[in-house]
This record gives sequence, C-alpha cells and structure tokens, in this order.
Amino acid sequence: MWSIEQIIGALNQWLQHTLGNVGAAIAAYILLGIFVILFFSVLGLVLVYMERKVSAWMQVRLGPNRVGPKGLLQTLADTLKLMSKEGLTPAGADRFLFNLAPVLMIVVSMLLLAPVAFARNVQIWDLNIGVLYVSAISSVSVLAVLIAGWSSNNKYSLLGAMRSGAQIVSYELSAGFAILTVAVLSGSLQVSQIIESQQTGWWIFRGHLPVWVATVVYLIAVTAETNRAPFDLAEAESELTAGFHTEYSGMKFALFFLAEYANVFIASAIGATLFLGGWMPLHIGNWEAFNRVMDWIPSSIWFLAKTFFLIFVIMWFRWTFPRLRIDQLLELEWKYLLPIGLVNLILATAIAVLGWHF
Amino acid sequence: MLQEITSTDTGCLTINVGPQHPSTHGVLHLVITLSGETILRVDPHLGYIHRSIEKMCESLSYRQFIYVTSRMDYLSSHINNHGCALCVEQALQIEVPPRAQVIRVLMDELTRMASHVLWWGAMAMDVGAITPFFHAFRERELINEIMEETCGARLTMNYMVPGGVMFDLHPNFQKRVKDFIPFFKSKLDEYDELLTHNIIFKQRTQHIGVLSREDAISYGVTGPTARASGWACDVRKRVPYECYDRLRFEEVVEQAGDCYARYLVRMGEMRQSLSLVEQLIDNIPQGDFQAKTKAVLKLPKGEFYSRVETARGEFGVYIVSEGGTTPYRIKFRSPGFSNLSALDHMARGHKIGDLVAIMGSLDLVIPDIDR
Repeated sequence: MWSIEQIIGALNQWLQHTLGNVGAAIAAYILLGIFVILFFSVLGLVLVYMERKVSAWMQVRLGPNRVGPKGLLQTLADTLKLMSKEGLTPAGADRFLFNLAPVLMIVVSMLLLAPVAFARNVQIWDLNIGVLYVSAISSVSVLAVLIAGWSSNNKYSLLGAMRSGAQIVSYELSAGFAILTVAVLSGSLQVSQIIESQQTGWWIFRGHLPVWVATVVYLIAVTAETNRAPFDLAEAESELTAGFHTEYSGMKFALFFLAEYANVFIASAIGATLFLGGWMPLHIGNWEAFNRVMDWIPSSIWFLAKTFFLIFVIMWFRWTFPRLRIDQLLELEWKYLLPIGLVNLILATAIAVLGWHF
Repeated sequence: MLQEITSTDTGCLTINVGPQHPSTHGVLHLVITLSGETILRVDPHLGYIHRSIEKMCESLSYRQFIYVTSRMDYLSSHINNHGCALCVEQALQIEVPPRAQVIRVLMDELTRMASHVLWWGAMAMDVGAITPFFHAFRERELINEIMEETCGARLTMNYMVPGGVMFDLHPNFQKRVKDFIPFFKSKLDEYDELLTHNIIFKQRTQHIGVLSREDAISYGVTGPTARASGWACDVRKRVPYECYDRLRFEEVVEQAGDCYARYLVRMGEMRQSLSLVEQLIDNIPQGDFQAKTKAVLKLPKGEFYSRVETARGEFGVYIVSEGGTTPYRIKFRSPGFSNLSALDHMARGHKIGDLVAIMGSLDLVIPDIDR
C-alpha cells in the first residue's frame, strides 16, 4: 500500500538521482516550504469551516451552507474577500512594527510545525529536544501579540496585548509541566522517541493518575496559550471589541486569524503525540486480531483522528463556557494549575523511577 | 463623594466605550477612566438616539401617541403601550372589559418573557458565552410568532388602544400558547444547567456591582435591578392594574444586590410570568375586547399619571392636558434611565470585564434611556 512514508522515500530517491546531493537538499527545502504554506492554507480553510459547523451544531443553527456543497467553499470565499481588502495601517501606528506583528505571528506558527510527526517516520525535523523546542518557540508568539497591541496606537489593543502577555507567560509554565510529565515517563524529549515509547499503550492508559491530570492541565493551558475562549481575554470581543487585533484588516487580520487556528492544530497535535500516542495505533494487550485490524489503518489517519478530536474538545470549550476575568485567569494558573502541575510532576517522576507504569 | 479624576493624572487611562461597541447594546457612550484594568469612573453620555419622542407626542392625538412609545423600549413595547392606554383610560374613566384586561395581561407577560429571554442571551454574551444567545433567540422566536399571529407584528405590536385591544385574539392563540408553556419550562431548566450553575459564570457575577437597598432607592432604580437589592417595588403587586390583583404570583426578591442576584431575579420572573400565563390562558372571559369609546378622544383639563411594570422596571406616563385632542405636554419615566444612573456607583473599583457584566445585568435598552 502507498503510505506517506513510501511516497516521501521515493520522492527523495528520485531527487537525489536527478539533482545530486546538494541539489536534492535545496529542492527538498523548497518543496518543504511549499508544503508548509499549502498545509497552512488548507488547515485554515478546514479548521475555520469546522469551527463554524461545530459552533452551529451547538447553537441550533445550520452554519455555512450556501457557497459550494454543504458550504465547503465558504471559507475559501471569505479568504478571497480578505485578500482583496485593503490592508490599512492607522495613521498613528508604528508602521514597521504594525506590519511586522502578523508576519511574526504566522512565522512562529510555521516554525512550530517542524517537530510534529504526521505519520510513521514523517516529520519535518526530528530534533532531539522536540517538545522543548515547541515550548520555547510558542512563547515567541507573545511578542507578536505585544508588538501588535503596542504598535496599533489603540487603547483597546494595548489592554488586550497586556492581558495576553500576562496570560501566555503564565500558562506556558503549566503547559511545560504537563509536557515534562510525559517526558519523564518516556525518558526522552525527542518526539519520535516519545511516540515509540507508547508502542505498548498510549501514556493516557499506562501512566495512571499523573498523566490524566497532565492531560487536563495541558488542555487548559494550551487553550489559554492559544488565546481561545474561555481564555480569550486578549480578544475579549464584548469587552475590548477585538483586543490586540482591533486595528488590523484584510490580509494582516487574516494572518492573525490563521495563526490562531494553526496554533490550535499544533497544540492538539502535540497533545495527541504526548498523551494519545501520536500516529501509534490503538493496541489492546494480546488481542492479536484486534491489533492487526488497528495496524491496518494508516498511521496518518490515526494521527489526524486524535488531533482533530482534541481540536474538537478545544472548540467545545469555546462554545460552552463564559469568559474568565483577568484576575481569575491568573488565579487559576498560579494558585491551582501550577501547584497541581508541580505535585503531579513529582508523582510522575516517582512512578517512572519505581517503574509502576504499565 | 465624587472623586475628580482627569485624564492628565498619571497612570490613568481614559477610554471611550461606544457609541459603537459590542456590549453597550446600542449607541450608548461610556467614558471610562481606568487605572490599569481597574475602573475609577464611568461617565455615560447619552443623546445618540434621541428622537424627541415626548415632543412628537404633543402633536399626536390620544389614539396615535401610544404607538410612538413602542419605539422606546422596543423589547417591552406592549407594556409601554399599555401604560399609555391606562393613562388615557384613567383620564376619561373608561371601563376596560374583562376580556380585554385578560388579553392585555397575557400579552404583557408574554412580552416580559420575550424580553427577559433575550436579556438572558445577551447577558451570557456579555460575559463571553456565545451559545446561550442563540438558544435564547430560538425561544423568543416562538413568542414573536404568537405575537405576529394575533397582533400582525413581531416587535412593535401596537396592539393596545384606549379602552381595550385593537382586535380579538387569533383562533390559534390559545393552542399556540399552551404548546409554548411546557416547552419553555423545559428550556428554563436547560438555561439553569447551561449558565446558572456554571462556575465561571458565578465567579464572574457574584459580588460584582453590588447595589445596596438604600442606594437602589436613592438612585431611583426599579424593576428586577431593584428587586435584586431587596427592594420590593413591583408595580403589579404594589399598585395593581388590570386584573393583577386577582392573580397568584410572587414578587421575586433577592437580597445580595450583585449581578448574580439580578440574574436570579430575572430567571425567577420568567417562571412567574409563565405561571401567570398558565393561570389566564384557560380563563379568558367572553365578551368585548374593546370598550365603546368616542372616535376623537378629548382628555379633560388636568394632569394624569399612570404606571406599569415593564420588563426593565417602572414605566410612568405623565400627561398634562389642556382639554384638547392632543396632549399639552407628555413626560415618560423610563426605567432604563434611572437604572443606568447607578452604573458609575456599581462599577467603581471593578475590572473592565465586570463593567460589561454589570451593564448586562442592568438590561439596558438604549432607545428607552434616550427617547
């Protein structure tokens, strides 16, 4: 059967055969760049459509259903509209920083895509500190938000950006501890090895209580880090109109919008990798027949199914809960999530050292 | 004591919230002074939707002026019309037939439910939950359909006339309302599940924007907002009009005075309105729906005042007549105006997010405030 792994292998061989080693490397980078950009466009289209359909389903509506079959082309039409709009720069804004912010935001999201394992052996860059890399790079996005809020010369934007700064920096810690829990259990920071360590069972099944707690903490923390409701204080439509991107329009706004969805995808992908075994199929003990059927399903399908399940959960949050206030948000992090995360990490370490996990 | 703060003070930030802002529910303009996220002062600016309705009423006859008031508090237009009709009836001593009285009360209570249910959605939206808004509109739609069938309109119904109502109930009315009652009851329980017991919602509203009973009275706050502060001021109970004195219903009063108390009062009022409709729907007396009145109404010389309980509070109509066919002067006491005046007092010291929650819990309708 044609798996993604084989296709990429064949492509690589053909490139090396026709262009030589250096040429193949350059061509591979160019192809990779094109792939990332294409992937982002498709991701934006799919996730926006999904969000609109999920919200419609929860809100007794139909959602987009006019453009294309079942409204599938609605997001495409919206994108075309945004692209044809003029990208305004307000008179009092800092022109350079104002235009830099959306680009920075999207670049950060694209960088985060590197260690995500899409299928068996399909990864852009399997560096040995994969999850640490994700944790480090994702904190750069706060800079983009701060720059956007500061350079807009708008009080709403400034308030939104300041909120976002406090929020992202705080929740990074909890997300970090949740990631560390799995890193401790699997004994590696490398994404491929973390997945490999779940060969006999996903961490959520094998890791007892600490991994369950870590999963919940991780989901809460990434929802806050990606600025999504109920933690969307940086945007807070009913308070700050649109928060840090109030002044943005056209494609610059679209980049922020796209980056939000890309971040949700990446957060879910990392979550699926850490807790749900990434592309690893579901195996139950020694049910040979069952395991063989599960193996037959391509690994990319496994990965996407888990990721989209987590994306759905994050969307579910958004359309269910009211928004927290800024002090409550910080209280939740510093008084509850962070101590819980710390204790949880110690527990997980004890379990890993004593070998109590399955 | 009013603390004077100017924007030139260090560390203060002055922000215009509105006139175009997602959570002012209309063209309300608030100038807020902030220290960081904390509100130091709220200064409401009015006048963006002033249509001089009171002045317009002076050139309209006593049959016509009633319908301009639909455009004030457009969410309780029936009740506004009702208040005006009551004032004219009181001046001319017109006896309203029992059937018309019951129809009026039924319509008032349906309007109150529609208004409160829309408020419920808007309040949830203000604190950041978007889904309840759509659920609220689904239920409101059913009430609007009932209204449309009988009155011919969905929002500005213009159904009340001096001496009764304009036309008889639609034959489907009873059946529709009877279908609606159990449906809405189940939905109210759903609302409780979705929002009332939600921990985030409770945190956002409890102990926020506390208005004491004394302050509520001195600011002239009425309606659910005042009843949440422990001030029992329901006009339907205190100065009953139409057939309210013969109906069983409770005045929902809470003591806390915070946003959550105001929320609970309105939720309770929806249940009370539902029980009122339930009591009346099978007991609509036969007879005329309109008293016999002259074609041209002339009020005797003098001053007349009547008041009703709208969804937002006490709505007063004050007519000064010189004996002609049009009023010499009309003054409306709109509940929203007084309720808004307490906003500054309630919001000081809270965060921006709280200001939005407080405004939501006041249930402001800007055309009602500005007239």
